[in-house]
Amino acid sequence: MQAKLKIRRFNPETDKKPWWGEYTLENVHRTDTVLDLLHRIKWEQDGTLSLRRSCAHGVCGSDAMRINGANALACKTLVSRLGSGKGDVINIQVEPILGLSVEKDLIVDMEPFFDHYRSVMPYFINDQPVPADGRERLQSPEDRHRFDDTTKCILCAACTSSCPSFWADDRYVGPAAIVQAHRFIFDSRDEGMNERLEVMADTFGVWRCRTIFNCTNACPREIKVTEAIADVKKAITSGKV
Amino acid sequence: MKTHVFDAVIVGAGGAGLMTALYASRGANVAVISKLYPTRSHTGTAQGGIGAALGNLEEDHWEWHAYDTVKGSDYLADQDAVDILCKEAIETVVELEHMGLPFDRLPNGRISQRRFGGHTNNETGKPVMRACHAADRTGHMILQTLYQQCIKNKVNFFDEFHVVDLIRVDDTIRGIIAYEIATGELHVFHSKAVHFATGGWGRCWEVTSNAHSLTGDGTAICLRNGVPLQDMEFFQFHPTGIYKLGILITEGVRGEGGILLNGQGERFMERYAPTIKDLASRDVVSRAIFMEIQAGRGINGQNYVHLDVRPETVNKYNELAGDPKRIDRAYIEEKLPDIADFTRTYLGIDPVEEPMPIQPTAHYAMGGIPTDVHGRVLIGAEKRVLPGLYAAGECACVSVHGANRLGTNSLVDLVVFGRRSGAHIAEYCREAELLPLPTGTGQHVQADFERLRTGTGGMKPFELRRRMQKTMTDNVGVFRTEESMSKAIEDLHHIRHDYETRVQIDDKGQRYNTDLLEAWELGCLLELAEVTAFSARARKESRGGHAREDFPERDDHEWLKHTLCARDEDGHYSLDYKPVVLGRYEPKKRVY
Repeated sequence: MQAKLKIRRFNPETDKKPWWGEYTLENVHRTDTVLDLLHRIKWEQDGTLSLRRSCAHGVCGSDAMRINGANALACKTLVSRLGSGKGDVINIQVEPILGLSVEKDLIVDMEPFFDHYRSVMPYFINDQPVPADGRERLQSPEDRHRFDDTTKCILCAACTSSCPSFWADDRYVGPAAIVQAHRFIFDSRDEGMNERLEVMADTFGVWRCRTIFNCTNACPREIKVTEAIADVKKAITSGKV
Repeated sequence: MKTHVFDAVIVGAGGAGLMTALYASRGANVAVISKLYPTRSHTGTAQGGIGAALGNLEEDHWEWHAYDTVKGSDYLADQDAVDILCKEAIETVVELEHMGLPFDRLPNGRISQRRFGGHTNNETGKPVMRACHAADRTGHMILQTLYQQCIKNKVNFFDEFHVVDLIRVDDTIRGIIAYEIATGELHVFHSKAVHFATGGWGRCWEVTSNAHSLTGDGTAICLRNGVPLQDMEFFQFHPTGIYKLGILITEGVRGEGGILLNGQGERFMERYAPTIKDLASRDVVSRAIFMEIQAGRGINGQNYVHLDVRPETVNKYNELAGDPKRIDRAYIEEKLPDIADFTRTYLGIDPVEEPMPIQPTAHYAMGGIPTDVHGRVLIGAEKRVLPGLYAAGECACVSVHGANRLGTNSLVDLVVFGRRSGAHIAEYCREAELLPLPTGTGQHVQADFERLRTGTGGMKPFELRRRMQKTMTDNVGVFRTEESMSKAIEDLHHIRHDYETRVQIDDKGQRYNTDLLEAWELGCLLELAEVTAFSARARKESRGGHAREDFPERDDHEWLKHTLCARDEDGHYSLDYKPVVLGRYEPKKRVY
C-alpha cells in the first residue's frame, strides 16, 4: 500500500517555527513499523530528518513519539495497527513527544526527564553487611513479584510526556520517575523507603497525579503505571508498604 | 575545540563500560562517553540469562562451566582466561545481586537458574541449570542496575557524545576525540587511559539481532590506530532470530523446553546433536537450520523453521524424555513475557498457540580488540601491552569465546572483564602521568568530517550500506567458500572506493546531524567487514562460527591459532597469527 506521512519538522538552526513535512512512500507493508517508514524517508528521500533510535524492537526506549496523536515507540508501532487505510493509502502523522523542548525534528531535550529520574534516588540502598557466606541476599518469589512490573521500565518518557499534569507544570516528577521509585520502595531488600517517600510526598511528587491513565495507555512495556502511582500514594498515607 | 581532562575515559556505556566505570572511579577521575543515553545500550536487549555455576538447583562447578566454554569455543578460547571468566562469574553475579539486581527467585529465596545452550553437567552430558535470570530481560536488569550504581557513585557521563578517534603518540595514549551530537562540535578528552566498550558490528549483515547503533566504532578506531584485530572471522549467527526481522528469540525458550521443527514436523536436532538436541551450541544449531532449509525442509519449503514452545509440544517431549516438568500458559507468560510480546507485536503470533518462524541472525562478534585478562590492549603476535589502552565486552577479544560463544557468556564477559579493567585502570592512573597533547590534535578528524559533509558524488550512504550487507550475507554468512569470500573482498573493495569518493549526504547542518554520523559509522562497518572477509578467507578449516564448505573439518595441526589482522595507512590488510593458550582441556572432536 501507499503511506502518506505528515511529520512535524523543526531545526532551530534554519527554521523560525515548526512546519509539517509531507512524504509519500510506496510499497508499504502492513508489517512495517513506523520506524521502518521514517528510516526509508531519511535514507531515500531526506537525510535531514532527525530522530533517535537504536534497538528497533521496543527495548532501548530511544524512539518514543506522538504517532497519530498518541505516544508510542516508533519501532513497536506497526502500520497495521494504525488502521486499514482508505483504499490502499494509510495516513500517518508523527510529532515529537510533548512537554519537553524540541531540539530538532523528533528529538527532544531529555535532560529534564533524567533530572526527575535522578531525583528519586533510583538506585538500591542497603548499607547492611552482605551475607557472611559470600552469597546472594535471599528474597521470596512473592516479595520479588511485588515490584516486578516496575522493573520493566525502559525510560522512554512515553508516559511522562503524555501526562497533562506534567504538561501543566514540568516541575512534577512525572510517572516515569514514580515508576522508578516504586521499583525500589517495594523491593523487600531496599532500605531507602523513607527518603524516597519524602520525595514522593513533596509538592511535585505523586499528588500531582490526577489518575488520568494516559501514562498507562502510553507505556510500551504495558506497565500498570497508574496502579504503581496509587501504590506509592497508599504507602505515603499508611506509612508502610 | 573544547578540551576536558580526566584520568581515564571510558567509551561506551553498556554493561562493560558501566562496570569498568564503577571500578575505575573508585581510584581515578573518570568520564564515560557514549553516543547514546546509557540505558539505550545494547546490553539491555540481552534476554535469557547470565551463566554462573551457583549450583542453586543442582550440582554444578565452575570447572564444568569452563569446560563447556572451551568446548563451545571449538578449542580456540585461551583457557587461562576462561578459568578466570567462569570462576569469577560466581562472585560477580552475587555482586550484581548485592547491587540490587532483581533476579528471579526460587522458593528458598536463592537466585533462579535455567538451562541454556551448551551448558552441561560434565559427567552426564545433559543440560544443567546455570543461567541466572530476571524473566527474559536479564540484560535490561544488568544495564539498569549498573547505571543506577553509577548514578549513586556520581560517575561523570557525557551522553550523546560520539567518539571518533583515539589520540595515540607512538606507544602512549593521550585521550580521545568526540563529536558532540547536539552541537556538531568536536571535543578533546585528554587522559592517561582510554577504555573501549563499544560493542559489536552486526550491522555488517542484512539480518541481525543488533541495534542500528552497533557499528563497531571502537574496534575500527583501534584498527586505524595500529591495533591488529583478533579472530575477526568468527562471528556468531544466533539460530533463532524472528524470520526476516532478525529480532532475537532467546535460547531460554529452548531452555524452558521449546524445540525446533522442520517443514516435516520433525525435531531435526535429534539428528545433529543426539545427546543435547535443541540445546547444542549456537553454531551447531545455526548450521543445522541452514542445512534443513538447503535440503528443502524449511516450513513450506521457505527459508525458515519453527521454534515451538506451545505447552502441548513441550509437555509431549518432556514426557517422552521422562522429564516430569509440565508447563502451561501462565508459565510462559511469567518466564518469557518479552518473547511473547515480541512475537505478538511483530508477527501477530501468540507463542502459546502457534510456533514461531525463525532463521539464523547475525548476533555476536567473538573477535575484536585483543586484550589480556586485565583488559589491557595487546599489540601483535608478541602480545605487547600498549600502556593506557583498554577494552572489554563484545568489542574486545580476551579470548574467552574463541570460535563460538556459549549463550549467557557475553553477559559474564562484560561484568567479569569490565570489573578487572576498571580495577586495573584505577591502579594505572595512580602511577601514570598525563602526557601532553600532540600539536594538530583532531585536525584530520575535522578534515574527514568536512569531506563527508561536503561530498558531492551523489551516492547515498544507505545504498552503500545495503550493498555491503548483501555481500556479507551472501558470501560471509553461516557457510563460506574460497570463492564466496573472494567475491566479498572484491565487492567490499568497490564499495569502499565509492565510499571514499562518491558519498553524499543531505544534512549540512551542525545540530543532531545523524545523517553525517551514520555516514561516518558506515566507514567503520566497511573496514570491519573487510577485516572479517580477509581473515576468514585465509583460515582454511571449519571451526566454530567459521564453517567452510571447501574445508569442512577442523584442522588443529595448522589452525589451532588466533588470527591477527592489521591495516596499513593505505588501507591494505595483512595477517599474522599467535598461539592459543591451552590448559586442562585437550582439543578433541566436538560432539553434542
